[in-house]
Amino acid sequence: MVTRPIYLDYQSTTPCDPRVLEIMLPYFTEEFGNPHSRSHAYGWQAEEAVETARAQVAKIIHADPREVIFTSGATESNNLALKGVAQFYKAQKDHIVTCVTEHKCVLDSCRHLEQAGFKITYLPVQPNGIIDLNRLKDALTDRTVLVSIMAVNNEIGVIQPLAEIGKICREKGIFFHTDAAQAVGKIPLDVEMMNIDLLSISGHKLYGPKGIGALYVRRKPRVRLTALITGGGQERGMRSGTLSTPLCVGIGAACAMAQAEMGEEHARLCALRDRFYNTILSELEEVYLNGDFEQRIPGNLNISFAHVEGEGLMMGVKELAVSSGSACTSASLEPSYVLRALGVEEEMAHTSLRIGFGRFTTEAEVDMAAEKIIREVHRLREMSPLWEMSRAGINLKSIQWAAH
Amino acid sequence: MDYNASVPLRLCAQNALIETLHQVGNASSVHYAGRKLRSLIDGARHSILQRVGAKRLIFTSGGTEANALALSGFGPVPLLVSAIEHDSVLKSAPNAHHIPVTSEGKIDLEILDKILSSFDKPGLLSLMFVNNETGVIQPLQEATRLAHLKGWKVHTDASQALGHIPLSFETLGVDVMTLSSHKCGGPSGVGALLLKEDVHLKPLIPGGGQEYGMRSGTLSAPLILGFAAALAEALYEEPTAVERLSSFQQKIEEALSEAIVYGKKDARVAHVLCLGMRSISAELQLMAFDLKGIAVSSGAACSSGKMKNSHVLAAMGVSPEESACAIRVSMGWKTREDEVDTFIQAWKNIYAQPMVKEAS
Repeated sequence: MVTRPIYLDYQSTTPCDPRVLEIMLPYFTEEFGNPHSRSHAYGWQAEEAVETARAQVAKIIHADPREVIFTSGATESNNLALKGVAQFYKAQKDHIVTCVTEHKCVLDSCRHLEQAGFKITYLPVQPNGIIDLNRLKDALTDRTVLVSIMAVNNEIGVIQPLAEIGKICREKGIFFHTDAAQAVGKIPLDVEMMNIDLLSISGHKLYGPKGIGALYVRRKPRVRLTALITGGGQERGMRSGTLSTPLCVGIGAACAMAQAEMGEEHARLCALRDRFYNTILSELEEVYLNGDFEQRIPGNLNISFAHVEGEGLMMGVKELAVSSGSACTSASLEPSYVLRALGVEEEMAHTSLRIGFGRFTTEAEVDMAAEKIIREVHRLREMSPLWEMSRAGINLKSIQWAAH
Repeated sequence: MDYNASVPLRLCAQNALIETLHQVGNASSVHYAGRKLRSLIDGARHSILQRVGAKRLIFTSGGTEANALALSGFGPVPLLVSAIEHDSVLKSAPNAHHIPVTSEGKIDLEILDKILSSFDKPGLLSLMFVNNETGVIQPLQEATRLAHLKGWKVHTDASQALGHIPLSFETLGVDVMTLSSHKCGGPSGVGALLLKEDVHLKPLIPGGGQEYGMRSGTLSAPLILGFAAALAEALYEEPTAVERLSSFQQKIEEALSEAIVYGKKDARVAHVLCLGMRSISAELQLMAFDLKGIAVSSGAACSSGKMKNSHVLAAMGVSPEESACAIRVSMGWKTREDEVDTFIQAWKNIYAQPMVKEAS
């Protein structure tokens, strides 16, 4: 018996793993101290816990702990990476390359930099959601300081070719930043092998707590940043503010767990995803997957159900917590800019659902979710004149709608 | 005895936090999980606003970020800050004009007025409510009035004031105010910036557009609920806490007649004491106190690793030699009288120990 809605929105946030909670809680209750207080034992204990956590975060991306700084979350990490690098090197270089399907906080940081006089190139994506490496190469100039391309897209789950991007950037002496909020713990990441210079991590997207994230900043060759938040000079001067020991411990534990279980979890999610997707495909016609199927994390499906209104569908499947886009903007009814960038037409973009599977998703939940979605799509289509017309072989695009 | 660096988490905050940690969801999502979290966050927001007499706030990752946002959010305007601000204010405003303080650690309103008049266009004044090292209370309400008369906006870092001195955003009249959660017994990693409704700040962290577009990032409901619970309790207990800590403060000052108490002549909060021990360096004192199981600090925690001289004492005209012998004692909701007695005894012992004196 399922008593509460089924949570299928793992790209929006992941529940904090109870094991992570258990590890964190003593730091909220017993071992208090400001980890920056160097002069007494309370502070030392906190500092030791924070450094252990830093090493755990570093390990999952094959970095040195000294290259990891803690932030309040991936939004701050992305802001710091983009603005920090841009500001520091602005005397020599003033061009940044990113991509149209990046998370809002990357795009917004770029917009702010544009206002400050920087030049930004927004690379388009191919219909499968992945960037074209040749276009990337063409976009680079001797004024380019940074390339920022996300590892895994938050709406369509596609994985960008990080190693190839890293190689291109390294050859040209350009820094490579990747927003890996959706990737850490889901796919193997190696900052050395992939030539990544900066990498953003979010705690609450990998079963850790909200309110914490991290930024990897390469030491060799050294990447330098102008801090966004200045003050006590914590985090090697790149990010001031008292660190929250329990939150650091939480993200560290979450990284260690995700790393230990990644292989097994990947296989399990692939099986669940396939089970769900095959059921949908066998029962429903005119269902389209947005984004590449192969180059994709197993925990994400983004599906357009032709002639079904996405918001209506969401209302119809209230027992499921799914979304029609990214959480930050899901309250708006605008079609997703990510889907539009793939070339998905506006009508079709409106019919899409983002379904996220994760650590606590069960087979029973997946079956029930598929059944409910199938039933609701059938119901909505039966009421839809558009569906009837399309069934009758009328090309809806050829219709000249009369203005009211 | 180092509450100004971090305060132990209050039980009520711990409960609120742990309960909320078990909730799933992103407060920006439209489905049940998101709506539930958003309503919890909204409840916490209203509770804080009501208790501090404000109408609008944005949550940040802490006092440091709130200060950074306040100092940069008004754009390229002239900045005026007191010389004794926390580093997070001073470093956010490297080109700011500094207001000097008296030997008692307080700004002089006449001097402030003169400085304000010397600018040809108005800007932003940032003046802390309570100094974190000496506990000296600044004449914020009057300073705000003077600044407003000349068209300036006013920010205050009230991190050290909350729960130690009656505080009303509306009465003080400032435009923006920084609050820190962990300084009032809430979890660290969260803070808030209170704003007048007509204030719009340029975001430091843009993105998903949360918090009126002034601060993006997924909100952490557990931290926010923990913060709200701690703040409510801190304010509820304020009268009794102030009475209790005042008696401790008085006891320490009376018992340690040889100690120099900085800012003694002016109005101070009850929970902080900046104590100088003649000719014994703060480093040695800290080590000696630590051996006796007492945690104190030689200044703000953020800079205590560096053991550099206090900019606050320097601004008060204290010589570097003398200031190197000053420690900060801060107390809080969990401090007991026997701890105070232990501290007093330890201080006397350290002061009386000729070996320590020689070593320094």
